[in-house]
Amino acid sequence: MKANAADFLIYDEAAGVYRANPEQLVRDDVEKHQWKHVALTIAKDWRLYLMLVPMLLVFLFWRYLPMYELLGCFKVSDEVKPVADQLFSGFSYFKRLLVGGDSMSTEFWRALRNTFLLSFYGLCFGFPMPIILALFFNEIRSNLVRSTCQVLTYLPKFMSTVIMTSLVTMLVKQGSLTTGMGIISQALHSLGLVSYDVANAGLLNNPDFFRAIYQISGIWEGAGYDSIVYFAAIIAISPTSYEAAQIDGAGKMAQMRYVVLPGILSTIVIMLITRIGSLLNIGYEKVLLLYNTNTYVTADVVSTFAQRYGLQGSQKGLAAAAEMMNNVISMLLVISANTIARKASDTSLY
Amino acid sequence: MKRKLETSEMIFKVISYTFLSIFALACLYPFLYAVSASISGGHAVDYGEVVLFPKDVQFEAFARMFNDNMFWNAYSNTLFLTFYGTIWALFVAILGGYALSKKRLLFRRFFNFFLVFTMLFSAGLVPQYLNYLDTKAVFNAMGITDDKWLVVIAMGMAAMNIILLRNAFEGVPSEIEEAAIVDGATEFQVLKKVYIPMCKSTIATVALFFAISRWNGYFWARQMISNSNEHPLQVFIRLRLEEFTDPEAMTGWNEIYSSDSVIYALIVCSIVPILIIYPFIQKYFAKGVNAGGVKE
Repeated sequence: MKANAADFLIYDEAAGVYRANPEQLVRDDVEKHQWKHVALTIAKDWRLYLMLVPMLLVFLFWRYLPMYELLGCFKVSDEVKPVADQLFSGFSYFKRLLVGGDSMSTEFWRALRNTFLLSFYGLCFGFPMPIILALFFNEIRSNLVRSTCQVLTYLPKFMSTVIMTSLVTMLVKQGSLTTGMGIISQALHSLGLVSYDVANAGLLNNPDFFRAIYQISGIWEGAGYDSIVYFAAIIAISPTSYEAAQIDGAGKMAQMRYVVLPGILSTIVIMLITRIGSLLNIGYEKVLLLYNTNTYVTADVVSTFAQRYGLQGSQKGLAAAAEMMNNVISMLLVISANTIARKASDTSLY
Repeated sequence: MKRKLETSEMIFKVISYTFLSIFALACLYPFLYAVSASISGGHAVDYGEVVLFPKDVQFEAFARMFNDNMFWNAYSNTLFLTFYGTIWALFVAILGGYALSKKRLLFRRFFNFFLVFTMLFSAGLVPQYLNYLDTKAVFNAMGITDDKWLVVIAMGMAAMNIILLRNAFEGVPSEIEEAAIVDGATEFQVLKKVYIPMCKSTIATVALFFAISRWNGYFWARQMISNSNEHPLQVFIRLRLEEFTDPEAMTGWNEIYSSDSVIYALIVCSIVPILIIYPFIQKYFAKGVNAGGVKE
C-alpha cells in the first residue's frame, strides 16, 4: 500500500496546525508493540482461543511427541533409558538397512518392494473397479434395484479389518486330517484353478497367493463404497448432454466415450493422483492380520517389518529408522501429488 | 439407425445387470455363508458340505458363546470405547474445527498446518508405541489404571474429520453469527445455538466416522490394553480366531458342532448390530465421501 500524506497528518482548521492522524498513531503502536497487541487480541477473544486448546494438546501429546521419539533412529536402542539419555550412534541403522549386506537389509528392501507392489497392484486392479461399478450403476434405471445393489456393495466396508480378515482366513483355511479346507479354496479347486495339495495346505500359507488374496479382498471390501464418488459425478452430468449426443447419432459406446468419460474425468484424475500419492502408505493392520511366517516373502511390508523388530523384538531404533524412511518418501509423494492435483483442477485434499 | 442404437443399449444393459448382480451377490455371500456355517452341524462344516444353506441345524455354537462371560465383557468394553471415544473425539473436533473456521483467528495458517502435517507425516509404529507407553505410565501415576481410558483419550483423533467440520462451519453465513453476538451471545452460545444446529448433518457424519473407527479399533487396543478383561470385541475375536484355527490346539475337539462354527458365530454376532443400524447411517456415510474432496 502506498503511503499517503493524509494517513499521517491531518490539518486542524480550528487551531490552524497539522496534527498527527489518530488512526496512524494506533497503527504505529501496533507496529511497535506487536506482541502486546497479539496478547490483547487473544485476551479479548479468549473464548475462541480456549476452544483450540484441547485439539492442540491432543495433537501435541499423541502426534508430535512421537516425532520426538524418532530421535531413537540415531541412537543406540536401550530398553530402560529414555531417548534423550541414549548414546548417539549416527546413521548406523540407516546404513545397516540400506547397504548392510546382511539378512536385515535384504529383508528391509524386500519389505519396501512389497509395500510398493501391494499398492501398485491396488492401483492397477483396485482403482478401475469402482469406476466400472459406477458406470454400471448408472445403467440401471430402476431405483429399487439400483439402491439394493448399492447397499449390498457398500456393506463390506462397514466390517472391521478384524472381521474381514477373519472371514478371509476362514474361507481359504487349510484342511487337516479331520477337517476339510475353506469353502473358497474348495471352489477354486473344483474349478481347476489350484491343485488339491496347494488348496489343502491353506492359500494364506502360500506366498504366491498373498497378493491376489490381498487385492481381491480389497476390492470386495472397498469397490462398492469407492464407487459413490464416481456415481455422484456421473449423475451430475446434465441429461441434455445425452440427448444432444443421441440426436447426433451417438450409440451407447460413443456416449460413454464423449459424454460420460469427460464428465467424470476430473474426479478420476483427482482420485488417481491421491492414490499415487499414497503409494507407500498402506494400512498395516490388514497385512498384519493376514500374513504369517510362510508368506513374509510377498507379504511383509515396512510397517509390519517395524512392528516385528520394534514392538515384538527389541530393535526399536532400527525399526523406527526403517519406517521413517518409508514415511518421509511417502510424505514427499503425497505433497507432490497434492501440488499436481491443485494445479490440474483447483481441487486439493488439504 | 434407431435399431442399432437400441441393440447396443440393450447389450450394455444386460452386461451391467449381470455384472452388478454377480458383484452384489459376491459381496453378500461371505456373510450368508458365515450365518449358515455358524448354525450347521460339525461334520457338515468340517467337510465343506455347507455351501449356502445350513445343514444339520444346531445352535450350540451360539449357546457356547452366549454363555461365555468374556464375550459379553468384550462387547461391553467395545460399547464403552465407542461411546466415550466418540464423545471425546467430537468434543475436541467441534471446538477445534469451530476455532479454525474463524478468519479472525490469529496464526490461523500455523494452526492449520499443525493439523495437516499430521496427515502428511506420521512418526510410525515404534515411536507411537513408546509414546503410548509413556502416556500409560503418566495415567497410572495419576491413578487411572484402567487402560480403556488411555485408548479413549489418546487414540482415534483424525485431522481429516476436524477439517471436514472446519469447512462446514466456514459455510455458515457470518451475518447469523453477528446477529447472535449483537443479541449478547458469547462464543460458546453462538457455537451451541447457531453453528451446531446448522451443521447437524456434517457433525452426524463426523460422529459416524469416529464411532466406526472406535468400534473397529484393533491394533493399539491389543498392544496397550494389558488386562484381558478389558479387551474390546475385535481383540477378543482375533484371539479366538488364533486359538481356534491352530490345528494342534484343536485335536481334542469333541463337540457336535465344528470349532469353525464358533468363529462364524462370533463374526455374525459382531456384524448384527452394525446391520441393524446400517440402514439409518448409510446416507451419512455416503455424504462424507462427497465432502472428502475439499477446497481451500
